[in-house]
Amino acid sequence: MPIVTIDGVSVEVEAGTTILNAARKIGGDLVPPAMCYYSKLKGSGGKCRTCLVEITKGSGANPTPMPKLQASCSTPVADGMEVKNMTSPKVQDMRKGVVEFLLINHPLDCPICDQAGECDLQNLGFDYGVAKTRYQEERRTFDKINIGDKIQLHMTRCILCYRCTYVADQLTDKRVHGIMNRGDAAEISTYIQNAVENEMSGNMIDVCPVGALTDKTFRFKSRVWFLKPFDAHRECTKCCGKTTVWMFGNEIYRVTVRKDVYHEVETLEDGKPAYICNDCRFEKKNVNDWTIEGPRKFEKFSVINQGNYTRKMERVEIDTDPRILYGRQEDKKAISMNGTNFNKPEKALSDGKDTDGQF
Amino acid sequence: MGKKILLEHINVPGIETYEVFRKMGGYASVEKALKTKTPLEVVEEVKKSGLRGRGGAGFPTGLKWSFIDKKSGNPRQLVCNADESEPGTFKDRYLMEKLPHLLVEGMIVSSFALEAHLSYIYIRGEYMWVFRILEKAIKEAYAAGWLGKNIQGSGYDLDLHVTCGAGAYICGEETALIESLEGKRGNPRIKPPFPAVVGLYGNPTVVNNVETIMDIPWIVNNGGEEFAKFGIGKSTGTKLISASGNIKKPGVYEIELSIPVEEFVMSDEYCGGMQTDRPLKACVPGGSSVPILPANLLFKTAKGETRLMTYESMSDGGFATGSMIGSGGFIVYDDRACIVRNTWNFARFYHHESCGQCSPCREGTGWMEKVLWRIEHGFGNIEDIDLLWDIQRKIEGNTICPLGDAAAWPVAAAIRHFRDEFEFHIRYPEKVKDRKHFEKEPWEQVKHLVKKEDAVLV
Ligand SMILES: Cc1cc2nc3c(=O)[nH]c(=O)nc-3n(C[C@H](O)[C@H](O)[C@H](O)COP(=O)(O)O)c2cc1C
Ligand code: SF4
Ligand code: SF4
Ligand code: FES
Repeated sequence: MPIVTIDGVSVEVEAGTTILNAARKIGGDLVPPAMCYYSKLKGSGGKCRTCLVEITKGSGANPTPMPKLQASCSTPVADGMEVKNMTSPKVQDMRKGVVEFLLINHPLDCPICDQAGECDLQNLGFDYGVAKTRYQEERRTFDKINIGDKIQLHMTRCILCYRCTYVADQLTDKRVHGIMNRGDAAEISTYIQNAVENEMSGNMIDVCPVGALTDKTFRFKSRVWFLKPFDAHRECTKCCGKTTVWMFGNEIYRVTVRKDVYHEVETLEDGKPAYICNDCRFEKKNVNDWTIEGPRKFEKFSVINQGNYTRKMERVEIDTDPRILYGRQEDKKAISMNGTNFNKPEKALSDGKDTDGQF
Repeated sequence: MGKKILLEHINVPGIETYEVFRKMGGYASVEKALKTKTPLEVVEEVKKSGLRGRGGAGFPTGLKWSFIDKKSGNPRQLVCNADESEPGTFKDRYLMEKLPHLLVEGMIVSSFALEAHLSYIYIRGEYMWVFRILEKAIKEAYAAGWLGKNIQGSGYDLDLHVTCGAGAYICGEETALIESLEGKRGNPRIKPPFPAVVGLYGNPTVVNNVETIMDIPWIVNNGGEEFAKFGIGKSTGTKLISASGNIKKPGVYEIELSIPVEEFVMSDEYCGGMQTDRPLKACVPGGSSVPILPANLLFKTAKGETRLMTYESMSDGGFATGSMIGSGGFIVYDDRACIVRNTWNFARFYHHESCGQCSPCREGTGWMEKVLWRIEHGFGNIEDIDLLWDIQRKIEGNTICPLGDAAAWPVAAAIRHFRDEFEFHIRYPEKVKDRKHFEKEPWEQVKHLVKKEDAVLV
């Protein structure tokens, strides 16, 4: 079996494994971010280019480095291959570029987006984005459309990862959902606004890395980080019935698939992905519908995991990121308006610079 | 007169019809190949000829053919790429209009060499009338027994179809072409696997340009070594060049891959010199995707050698001081041309034609177009030049297919060689508001306004 070295860590994997999956086998920070690849969807990957890595040694037999960066999600390993991800300045530079590309036409409406707090693009932006944009032009916008009565498509937020089209292709029959137009005018759509009325269509929402596909039964109900995730199950004839229910007090606000640290749906014991049906997702919002197994331990590294259960709980320690704390302080200033000099109306009220820092 | 391979009989009246084409020796290569040669022998001849793909990349055709997978036992396929959409390139159209039967003949011999029994010509939708010409030629070839079962009693079967695209540049990229041919959205595939292993309908496939295919009959008739006697070094044979722009005689010319660029532009046999007495300013020598060359690097390389119309000489100096022969779309500009406007125009094309699969190309091409629009219309900032440079740098090499590179290169080359012209647009917006500003005030008259020492060359 080939041995590949990623950022200095070696791992043995089966022939044909991609670099990304080899990195996931090692785990930790050296795993390249993936916005379009989804291991449970055949054909996905290769599109977003966030997972680009530098191959400094092609293989043991042919050590020549590859001149171009390669998409780690779609490049298979070779024995003796050496790959640089976090240790390659070129990769870091180009990844910043990709994130910038993904963001120039993104509305950045996180404050009103249901995905905020568990959004892959937010996380990516946090890791690789810059605070200022160099893009001065108008951003591309689309009208929101309903895909059936339970799913809303907000195309303006879409990063065209194609994941949802693979769900439509691979999980549902009579596919009416795909990509229309090309270039930056390309959009996800259903055939003449057809409704996607398939039992498994809701899984689109879960594979969408951003807030382009959202659950209409949950829209604007709550910020995700205010909810407590619990593993739950029920007898279901249409799907595995194993889900995560997101609760506020005793109320179930939403139901999703169980997701792993890469934000992909978990696999069942039989190796199949634990996708869930629309019944479980949209209709079963009563606690009595479910057998609650216990708190969900960990999803991915994101705001939703601020209070995760995998850490030791003996000592309470607030290790909120200093950047978040800084943001909170700024917010407080702006909201309280304390110390704002109202006699200087030409000054924007949200500009806290005039205050003496008291709240 | 330079020697001709493809256009030898182009002026024979009625050469587009089967009867005249046959009378002039057409289809002889089919008889020769099918009756006296094995497929492998044909491939060997093509290898010996040194023929390189005429679609743009210049990959050796014989080598490409020998890569086609035989182990799987799946049927092999040949597809002719007639999607010609590169701005500045119009040679395939000319060839197919005038010599449709030569393409059919080439397809038969090439399919035989690859042991393919079902082959396709994929033509862009805008060439509808050419599509009809090809359909007619194929019908005639069937009627005369050159296609179908047991061709000329040789035992070899071949069916040939011509299929129409819907008019997308990206469908000229070979894997997008295959997707489109299969009836899907024309998105390039992620490689590997390469078409030689998994291509059309999952079968091993070779995609070749129209001109490449049309060279094959001559090679079979006269031998690969004869073909290799044309040209210099690894640039063998002749090549069609689509010449356009500010020259006296725009048109399609067949040149031997050895003549000096200066001869091509200035001699009466080819372009006939500049259209007016205006001085030559720049040239895009191989279609919109290749780097633009300023006048001082066109006839001579940076080393001071004569630049020739060959793959090697044209790219001498790399991208810093060279370019590429590409698909042979040769566009000449005199000093009335505005490089910024031209670059914006190209950027607009790539923005429009990107398939939108991968983020750097989808977003980057649009961004470049918008920034270039700003500069061209007098709304640019001086930082925009570096911004453009940075955008193209982040597209190049990071995309699924070469369209991303093709969008980045012209922008990079324009900044590399004409940075002061970008600065002029930014610093004197009122002067560039009129799109014909360089006709009224040629560059020579205004270039003192942007002092050279201000320009930081990349
Ligand atoms: C965006 C793009 C557009 C292309 N368009 C064409 C085309 O119109 N015609 C063509 O022959 N090759 C085109 N090519 C090149 C083909 O991918 C392929 O290399 C070529 O058809 C191979 O033929 P050859 O080996 O005979 O040159 C294009 C490539 C790219 C990346
Ligand atoms: S809607 Fe979501 S899943 Fe579908 S392509 Fe857009 S970002 Fe991807
Ligand atoms: S480089 Fe452009 S045209 Fe090619 S696959 Fe990517 S988005 Fe499509
Ligand atoms: S995850 Fe590899 S290209 Fe998107």
